[in-house]
Amino acid sequence: MAEIRNYTINFGPQHPSAHGVLRLVLELDGEVVVRADPHIGLLHRGTEKLAETRTWVQSVPYMDRLDYVSMMCNEHAYCMAIERLLGLEVPIRAQYIRVMFDEITRILNHLLGIGTHALDIGAMTMVLYTFREREDLMDAYEAVSGARMHAAYYRPGGVYRDLPDRMPQYAVNKFKNANTVRELNENRQGSLLDFLEDFTQRFGGYCDDYETLLTDNRIWKQRTVGIGVVTPEQAKAWGFTGPMLRGSGVAWDLRKKQPYEVYDRVDFDIPIGKNGDCYDRYLCRMEEMRQSNRIVKQCIDWLRKNPGPVIADNYKVAPPPRERMKGNMEELIHHFKLFTEGMHVPSGEVYAAIEHPKGEFGVYAVSDGANKPYRLKLRAPGFAHLAAMDEIARGHMIADVVAIIGTMDVVFGEIDR
Amino acid sequence: MSSKLERLSSSLQNILGAKVRSVVVDRGEVTLEVAAADYLAAAQMLRDHRDLRFEELIDLTGLDYSAYGNGAWTGKRFAVAVHLLSITHNWRIRLRAFADDDAFPVFESLVGVWAGVNWYEREAFDLYGIMFAGHPDLRRILTDYGFVGHPFRKDFPVSGYVEMRYDPEQGRVVYQPVTIEPRENTPRIVREENYGDVGNG
Repeated sequence: MAEIRNYTINFGPQHPSAHGVLRLVLELDGEVVVRADPHIGLLHRGTEKLAETRTWVQSVPYMDRLDYVSMMCNEHAYCMAIERLLGLEVPIRAQYIRVMFDEITRILNHLLGIGTHALDIGAMTMVLYTFREREDLMDAYEAVSGARMHAAYYRPGGVYRDLPDRMPQYAVNKFKNANTVRELNENRQGSLLDFLEDFTQRFGGYCDDYETLLTDNRIWKQRTVGIGVVTPEQAKAWGFTGPMLRGSGVAWDLRKKQPYEVYDRVDFDIPIGKNGDCYDRYLCRMEEMRQSNRIVKQCIDWLRKNPGPVIADNYKVAPPPRERMKGNMEELIHHFKLFTEGMHVPSGEVYAAIEHPKGEFGVYAVSDGANKPYRLKLRAPGFAHLAAMDEIARGHMIADVVAIIGTMDVVFGEIDR
Repeated sequence: MSSKLERLSSSLQNILGAKVRSVVVDRGEVTLEVAAADYLAAAQMLRDHRDLRFEELIDLTGLDYSAYGNGAWTGKRFAVAVHLLSITHNWRIRLRAFADDDAFPVFESLVGVWAGVNWYEREAFDLYGIMFAGHPDLRRILTDYGFVGHPFRKDFPVSGYVEMRYDPEQGRVVYQPVTIEPRENTPRIVREENYGDVGNG
């Protein structure tokens, strides 16, 4: 009889379904995975080390580049860590704005996650639809911060500025004639909140569309049901959080269990799975999007009724308004000190965690009283999830590895940091 | 201090007893410090005791205190900080231990307690050179294959020692000493306590 040998293949780092730069060394016995060894770090930029050489505020834009599909959530955890170190109170309106954008970000992230997951395992159409909706939400990012992705909108003490009264409009160009532009601009005539309200009303229908495409789809179920099963005990031992933990039936969500900002004032439910397979996690993410939509609606209602400040008025931490800076010596000095030397954060250490779309994103900040962090450790949910790749993928077929990478929703910006 | 944190810190004292070096409650967080020799035993008890039940390890990180407070630090140099979460009791804790030997920091590996710690310990080894005895596969994880040094130590420059470029004559990528000058745009300043009177500073 011929001798049968296991062979090793390299999956990635240039593989379209490796979701970025994952180099996965797979040891195969025929088509069955015997061992999976993820090699990470190809996108390592040393964000934590860089943050030690920048002032506290200068690191906010670095946070966007960690998990580059849920930008504002990363900023949120970072700003929360600074606020806890300072003992700083955030104005209530800023808290609502943060919650609203966290949920918009959650929808953005899950749209990309589900879209590309479906694309990876053969459902081409999904990604086209989900990216259409992402476009609207990116426009909301742009309206509020000027950038479609890397917003740097959350600041220690609140958010950079209040919500805009008008939306950016499309203009006629050689690809779009006047009629098309009028149609595109139809829901952009009012404020950002009007635009988002219009979106939340449409979004429920979109979710139904996605479900028609996938939930009862025979091929989708064949590729995901019973694949990558994680028991609750395993999920806890491996440090899973977010949909990866809830998909296994553990009712754990920081927004409910350790509420931050105004999550205890809004009404929403937490979906949990039963079997802990890829399909259950998909269903969880789908329901989470609908719940996020609910939260966004409530925030819109509140924000319409309650104007107010959006950043703390402590000028040692947050910059004074520009008009006052121009006409007032003291504010000018504060502005100058804040943007040259930066704020001084009292010594101590703090761990601030938020329910990021992918799981628990935490920032462990150590300060020695300087104008820069002494140590900044970013706890990325994807890092813990990918670490369990070997155990989850073992015994599966090679094609299922793609399904497992998709369900983990890995993004290398945050894993490699 | 809320009653819940009080309950947690008193049960820590009771259960761990002599292993506790200090329990600090600051800004709503509990920090437990133990000696490096008690580190593994304390972790085991934190997970298994029914009044503690820290069944999830959230994060493990290395720390290098050598430049703390611009050189005012007198204690040991390397530490690990472990963040634990109890889903049963809904509380968190930070477990910290300092390595006894500054030249060769070593701890016992927690892989047998929480399987998920594997990559975190590899990361701490890679970035700080902290050893974990009993770890099954202590390889570098984030830095390049064949990287020399531990980049997150405070004496490692931000711009590193080597840079990489493509050499058209040799037809391959080569390493060479860095050609850029390290610069600091904003100097690092430690002011006196309560400087500027911000919040609880």
